[in-house]
Amino acid sequence: MSPAQWDLPPELCCRPVAFVALTGLDVVYNAIHRAIWDAFCANRRADRVPISFKVLPGDNEYPKCRTKRTSYEWYIPKGILKTGWMNKHLNLVPALVVLFYELDWDDPQWKEKQSECATKVEIVRTSLQGRNTKVAVVLIQKKTPLPPGEDLVASERASALCGACDLSGKSLFVLPHTDHLVGYIIRLENAFYEHAQTYYYNEIRRVKSHKEFLNKTTHQLLFVRHQFKMGFFSELKQDTQNALKYYRTAYSLVHELRAHETNMLEIKTMAGFINYKICRLCFQHNTPLDAIAQFRKHIDLCKKKIGSAELAFEHTAWMSKQFQSFGDLFDEAIKLGLTAIQTQNPGFYYQQAAYYAQERKQQVGQLCSHEPGVGYPAPDPLETTSGALDFYGQRPWRQGHQSIDPPDSEKEKQGILALQVKERDIPHSELIIALLSNAVAQFKKYKCPRMKSHLMVQMGEEYYHAKDYTKALKLLDYVMCDYRTERWWSLLTSILCTALKCSYLMGQVKDYITYSMELVGRASILPEEQKSRIEKNLIKVLMNEVPEPEPDCDPLSVKTAQSLWSDRISLAGSNEFTIEVQDYVPFVQCKAKFLSPSFHIDEPVQLHVYVRADCPHPVLYSKQCTTLFSVDVFELQEYNQYCLLEDASKGKDILEPSTQENMCLVPGKTRKYCFKFVAKTEDVGKKIEITSVGLMLGRETARYVYLNWRGGWGDAASSHETLQACRSFKKRTRFPEQQVDWDTVTIQSSLRIISRVPKISVQLTHEPPALTNEMYCMIVTIQSGEDTVAKDIKLTAGLKPGQDANLTQSTQITLNGTEVCDDSHPALLPDIPLGDLHPGQKIVKPLYIHCVSTGSRILLFHVAYSVSATVEGKDITCKCHKDETVTLETVVPFEVAMKFVSSQFEHLERVYVDIPFLLMMDILSASPWPIELVNSEVQLASSMNAIDQPQSQVEGVTLQTSECASECFLLKCPPVQNGTSTVASGHYIISWKRKSTFAETSVVRTIVTLPHVMVENIPLYVHAELPSFGRVRESLPVRYHLENRTGLVQDVEITVEPSDAFMFSGLKQVRMRILPGAEQEMLYNFYPLMAGYQVLPQLNINLLRFPNISNQLLRRFLPSRIFVKPQGRNGDTSIEAA
Amino acid sequence: MAVCIAVIAKENYPLYIRSVPTQGELKFHYTVHTSLDVVEEKISGVGKALADQRELYLGLLYPTEDYKVYGYMTNSKVKFVIVVDSSNTSLRDNEIRSMFRKLHNSFTDVMCNPFYNPGDPIQSKAFDSIVSTMMVQAF
Repeated sequence: MSPAQWDLPPELCCRPVAFVALTGLDVVYNAIHRAIWDAFCANRRADRVPISFKVLPGDNEYPKCRTKRTSYEWYIPKGILKTGWMNKHLNLVPALVVLFYELDWDDPQWKEKQSECATKVEIVRTSLQGRNTKVAVVLIQKKTPLPPGEDLVASERASALCGACDLSGKSLFVLPHTDHLVGYIIRLENAFYEHAQTYYYNEIRRVKSHKEFLNKTTHQLLFVRHQFKMGFFSELKQDTQNALKYYRTAYSLVHELRAHETNMLEIKTMAGFINYKICRLCFQHNTPLDAIAQFRKHIDLCKKKIGSAELAFEHTAWMSKQFQSFGDLFDEAIKLGLTAIQTQNPGFYYQQAAYYAQERKQQVGQLCSHEPGVGYPAPDPLETTSGALDFYGQRPWRQGHQSIDPPDSEKEKQGILALQVKERDIPHSELIIALLSNAVAQFKKYKCPRMKSHLMVQMGEEYYHAKDYTKALKLLDYVMCDYRTERWWSLLTSILCTALKCSYLMGQVKDYITYSMELVGRASILPEEQKSRIEKNLIKVLMNEVPEPEPDCDPLSVKTAQSLWSDRISLAGSNEFTIEVQDYVPFVQCKAKFLSPSFHIDEPVQLHVYVRADCPHPVLYSKQCTTLFSVDVFELQEYNQYCLLEDASKGKDILEPSTQENMCLVPGKTRKYCFKFVAKTEDVGKKIEITSVGLMLGRETARYVYLNWRGGWGDAASSHETLQACRSFKKRTRFPEQQVDWDTVTIQSSLRIISRVPKISVQLTHEPPALTNEMYCMIVTIQSGEDTVAKDIKLTAGLKPGQDANLTQSTQITLNGTEVCDDSHPALLPDIPLGDLHPGQKIVKPLYIHCVSTGSRILLFHVAYSVSATVEGKDITCKCHKDETVTLETVVPFEVAMKFVSSQFEHLERVYVDIPFLLMMDILSASPWPIELVNSEVQLASSMNAIDQPQSQVEGVTLQTSECASECFLLKCPPVQNGTSTVASGHYIISWKRKSTFAETSVVRTIVTLPHVMVENIPLYVHAELPSFGRVRESLPVRYHLENRTGLVQDVEITVEPSDAFMFSGLKQVRMRILPGAEQEMLYNFYPLMAGYQVLPQLNINLLRFPNISNQLLRRFLPSRIFVKPQGRNGDTSIEAA
Repeated sequence: MAVCIAVIAKENYPLYIRSVPTQGELKFHYTVHTSLDVVEEKISGVGKALADQRELYLGLLYPTEDYKVYGYMTNSKVKFVIVVDSSNTSLRDNEIRSMFRKLHNSFTDVMCNPFYNPGDPIQSKAFDSIVSTMMVQAF
């Protein structure tokens, strides 16, 4: 029996479709027939009716029809279902035979052709021999037929032909061979389909009619058979609902059968078939839950029906197949659009199938391990006369036997033996692996990564059993890391054990070492003695010896492995392995740290490396080295030599005095190694990182493995351990002084080399705040505290970079304070050489800063120098630097306020041509320091003239904070063109300096632009001449002058309004003419009546020619009041004195 | 009664796992481990908004031929898994729920122990005895 013995027969698994046979077609030589045949069967789309066509010769021999039984009384069935039955109805017995015949209605030899056709029909009928198969005739015609009823000849001849062939009118068809062949064919096959359905309907009724003859005692098998047949015919009829009903009945009937050891297989086989049909139809009806429920029921019912104990493997094989085929059905349904979910997908069925396949393999191991002498029995009990079985699920050596006891116990034994021997040769592992990989594919699809991993482990183990160690190792290695990252140590240990066996049996040294290391380490849950055994083996491998075989290995494979390992010993080279630790959890742990995150260049860099082993026995190792990287540039090979600890090296180990012990790791104890090196001066500012820490196990002379901790620490498990350790608050046990608690060791895997601490002081002396535009003096004092000469002192001073860009524009720095800076000076003076500085000496350097704008700015003073130092007996030149920054505020030194006033000190909004006025300046000091005003001057624009030589009135004045200095200049405007215009006045220049004892500063010239002013022509100028005061009842002479400033004669009307305080004499109202450029004088004698400030009698001037020049305007030139003193009793002098 | 009871950390590694010694311990470990697939899927299915009023009991995770695996997740994402024999049909959903509740209470006690470092394997005797009461008694 082949491994396919348990496979379901293809006729069961296919979808049954009506079978129609076509005869009379010569598809080989006749092109028209060929075209017809192609139209029937080529490119059948899903929307065409489900029919399978076959071209058969007219005299084809169809399966013989058994003579109809009239009574079942004495009939005892020999089995449930014949093996050939399904195929017979699918492929051999047609529902309809169609005879194709070329005949036109107007054929000249009509009569002959008609009788030939009738003969052919007769031949078909005879060959069908009593089957209910229908016969139909298709006339292939060259002409397009007329519409029905119009061609009288045709209808007459058609009925004649029907009569001759004994056909009903419905069974005669015409196929015109024209352009629309496919259209005609589709119509034809729809008609055929109807015929076929009628046929199957009749068949179902025929089978049903047997039922009444059956009795429950002897014909149990027939009940099942008939229900199955009805189901099958219904399917052929495409009546799947009824088919399902019949199959369901059949299924319950099959379990009602009396089951015993001899017919168990037959019952299970049939139950399996029917179950398959039910599940398939349920999926087809889109009721997957029904399918699953049916399958569960099926499995529950059949699980315990093991049958013969000696052939228990048959049961598991069958169970496996049940699950597998259900999985296939499920998967197929999914491909057709069903959606499955994570917890209900075909993967579970494949997995279960694999489980039963594994079970089967185990049972084979128990049941089929015969003595070597037992061979395959002869004659072959599995041989049958026909080469196949008559009934599904029966034993070849007792076909048709239905009673409880086997007919011949000897034959039975032989048969069982034959089956057992056959079973031995079946490649079980292959089957299991195929099922598992099916399941893996499904679980991958339904987001079950862990299930997938689990199945892959099983696959790996199966490969291991099948002795395909390479594949086993590949799979196991693939999933190992999943279990490692999820920290399922129990599972990882089990996988590692299998992997170790594989690598041992293949003589894979590197894998063997890797797995051993992990199995010995802390991630493994193996008992101590196992660990100890593995470690001993590992040491052997490192000594280049053959390790002891792993337990429970196939003895034959062990032998091959041993020779492989011996070969490895003699093999030179390839004895060096590097293991990247971060992917594993080896038994050695390592942590490396720099003592500090930064080291000064003049002190040695200290590196501590901690190593710990978790293995049961002490381990010797030969070399340890640390690779360092400078991040900024390149690998610093030169440092690495300082971080190497070799066998019997002079490693500066503080804790362990003996170098011999030094290279030995005692389990559970933390070993610490200290390294020191001096960084190179050019590495100042760079970062040095631990790239890796390496540990060499074994000897260079034999075989060695190089454990490499990238970044200096950590394997696959340590990050979690570190987290747990830092969460833990547990009081750690006090370790003896020379011991270190592993968990407390922190990591510092990089450091920055920083420059030496400078031993100089930089002091700044200045008087803040700075004043705008002044040359602000800052004195830098550099005092050396070094023990040796500080060479090449360089000062960089100025605006600290990285501030507002505007500050760069408005700040200048210079060494020369005598001149005011301009834009050509920089904001930062770099590298001012200051020479060397001997110990204890100091340098004083004044710097001048010119700030154009106010606000605060940060100034930087950077002193760099080099000094030689000795570190660890090594002379190095260190570059040092010291930075000093200061924030400088700049404020405005003073504010200048300017205003125009009249000669009466009245505020002027506009000035008048040729009439003198005053320009007043107020200088208000805002500086916290005293300011000395050196000079001031007015630079007048051309539109202004000074009346006298303008002399500074504030020269040499010193202003304290918030003091104010004022001066004024008498000015006058020359005539302007258009009556009025706005003119520029010029500039006011103040020369000043800070009055300071601290440093002599230069004079600063501050230029203030004078405001513009409105200048206006005036036609008449009036001014009065009067004493500075009057006295009560004493005459007060007042002279008014009226000047005509125009080129015209002016009529002027003057009135004097009376006042209570004065009596006066003079013209009270007068009208006069003033010639151009002439001046008129008017004299009044006022006589004051009251003392105090008195309003003068008001002079009203009315210019008749210039009505727009108002009286008020002119009055502004005249005093409006005067102080009148009272009359003294004893003379004026006493009052004046008072 | 359960055949296997496991407590799984938030990061999906086992904090506690105990099974009846009669059948292969490893098999149960695999069963518990694979059931985490379903747990993760169930959790991710619940929207963020609903996460607060989420029921802790996750129900039947998946049925195998021989066992039924039930899940439960605490608010701190620690998972409990209980495996029962499929043949044990007398066990109702309510009983499973009460088993989980008992387990959760006992686990809370473990967490309240100031000497227990969360994330470490559970070694509490009290917890062990509670688990024992829920396990199928080995004979």
